[in-house]
Amino acid sequence: MTYDVPVAPGESGDLQETIETGAEPWPMWEVFVRARRGISHVHIGSLHAPDPETALQNARDVYTRRGEGVSVWVIPSEDIHAFEPEDAIDYVEANEKVYRHATTYEIPDEVGHM
Amino acid sequence: MLDGMTPEEKFQAIVDAEDKIEPTDWMPEAYRKTLIRQIAQHAHSEIIGMQPEGNWITRAPTLHRKAILMAKVQDEAGHGLYLYSAAETLGIKRDEMQELLHHGKHKYSSIFNYPTLTWADMGTIGWLVDGAAITNQVMLTRCSYGPYARGMVRICKEESFHQRQGYESLIKLCGGAPEQKAMAQDALNRWWWPSLMMFGPHDSDSSHTEQSMAWKIKRVSNDDLRQQFVDMTVPQADFLGLRIPDPELKWNDDRGHYDFGEVDWDEFWQVVKGDGPMNRERVANKKRAWDEGAWVREAATAYAAKQGKRSAA
Repeated sequence: MTYDVPVAPGESGDLQETIETGAEPWPMWEVFVRARRGISHVHIGSLHAPDPETALQNARDVYTRRGEGVSVWVIPSEDIHAFEPEDAIDYVEANEKVYRHATTYEIPDEVGHM
Repeated sequence: MLDGMTPEEKFQAIVDAEDKIEPTDWMPEAYRKTLIRQIAQHAHSEIIGMQPEGNWITRAPTLHRKAILMAKVQDEAGHGLYLYSAAETLGIKRDEMQELLHHGKHKYSSIFNYPTLTWADMGTIGWLVDGAAITNQVMLTRCSYGPYARGMVRICKEESFHQRQGYESLIKLCGGAPEQKAMAQDALNRWWWPSLMMFGPHDSDSSHTEQSMAWKIKRVSNDDLRQQFVDMTVPQADFLGLRIPDPELKWNDDRGHYDFGEVDWDEFWQVVKGDGPMNRERVANKKRAWDEGAWVREAATAYAAKQGKRSAA
């Protein structure tokens, strides 16, 4: 099955991207799920909801229909502050400091596992 | 190594290295638009796809089959939501996608414009339609756009349930009374060709294929996926004791594949353009559900605002 939209002969393949919509949409929430005890919550997706309680209920229905989690967090997407690869100058500096990695130090075989 | 490259070169280098493009990365405008078009169509297909099966929930032959069907339809809703989220990372609003669908500006897979006439259609849709969807979606788990590829991984896991429950229900039906087996054969006769149409036009008639391949949005061509699907499905039909309605279907030893007849492309384009048996009804139902749900969305918004004021006070 293909999901690229077939363009019929004689049809314009142009995509309309914007259109008038009604009410302001519900805010977006990011969903984090802890799959089982002992591991961290991991980002699993996002959804829209009017309030935290509904966001949690929707998260349960949308993301944990098959026991994928024992605990769920929802966080308003607009409250997430991010550092992006475009700001990568700091990564470059970090990459230059190879002496931070354990594997850069040679330990003779006779010493055994360290 | 990406230093000194133009944004476009950097983008292509990431794609060529089999790395993923993420929402905040620079991307060509046409890449973004192609993905919005495709992910929205995919999301709409999941949502509209609830209707042909919803048609049989109240008439499932046993409680067990009814529970399975409800779980499957709920999954389709979930898949639509994962995909709308993925599309939103590209800058289109969810409500806009709804409105564009309701106004016929966005499309969904044509397969959902065929009616579900008998119970055997439920098993056949799981087997063929979800089988065709899996063939495509497994490819899409390797798509270059991260949010789409990740959504596909989740969806593929769940689609496996969809296909297997469908095939198992056909095993039951084909092992039943002659009338039941005839019902299964009739469903196969009706769904076979529309299922092959799901893979889209021939590569030579497909306007997006080349660019989508270079961007690794699409990894395998329409015709190759269709062949893969036929090769996989023929032995499954044999096991059921059902006959695929194609007189030209024959194993080709030289090619190592089945040869098969030509899809009726006039019918395909007719349905794509909006004149299939169910196009108008599907969109009208979708729009009605959206309009009739407006008061619920408004009430939830008002309730949230009231709770917010209370906790602030």
